Amino acid sequence: MAKKEKLTIAVLSGDLERALAAFMLAVTGASMDMEVSMFFTFWGLNIVKKNEGTMKSKGLMKKMLNMMNRGGSKRLKLSRFNMLGLGTWMMKDLMKQANMPSIDEYIAMAKDMGVELIACTTTCGVMGISPEKDSFRSEVGSLAGAAYFLSEARKSGVTLFI
Amino acid sequence: MKADQTLDCIGLYCPIPIVKIATKIKDLKTGEILEVVGDDKGIKLDVPAWCQATGHELLGIEEQGGEIKVYVKKAPN
Repeated sequence: MAKKEKLTIAVLSGDLERALAAFMLAVTGASMDMEVSMFFTFWGLNIVKKNEGTMKSKGLMKKMLNMMNRGGSKRLKLSRFNMLGLGTWMMKDLMKQANMPSIDEYIAMAKDMGVELIACTTTCGVMGISPEKDSFRSEVGSLAGAAYFLSEARKSGVTLFI
Repeated sequence: MKADQTLDCIGLYCPIPIVKIATKIKDLKTGEILEVVGDDKGIKLDVPAWCQATGHELLGIEEQGGEIKVYVKKAPN
């Protein structure tokens, strides 16, 4: 069998619609027999932060950051028309009516299909998250840095920055 | 067209039909035909693109009313 094509996606944004688009492309890539890696960095880390419990972090500033930016897939908002959550709620409802998977379902689907989910260690520090697998949902397979992203990206036919 | 298996994608939007097709095709034997029934117009360009990427053969697309039927023949692994 021919060598698999690669798709590498850097997810910098934690906006709901961008997160959805990233996962839509990831699962489609996996369906097209591509090897898919997703790197979560800066606000993108919010997508894969654990939904439950308090975030462990050291130091006052990091603790404050985590309180103000708790993150987790259930707390993602639309970049526009959020309207104190009403817009986001409406969009989620419309998606449900259209049988579209939620972000949680997409994350599980991606994992099932062999998409590699990676959290960026460096930006964990900036975002006040302790760089351990424990900070993230179980689907996140590893933590890595910029060199790993670039080494994946240079092997990829398609690299996206979302 | 006669198909060996049918996949119902009515009411599903891109990219879910593609994800379902990719999963379903694994259940078929080489040379068998999968019929996909959907109503999202995107399927008419998405399935050909998927076939091109995966090597499975696109046999045809039929449209009746709002219903789109796509036929895919499974390629050898």
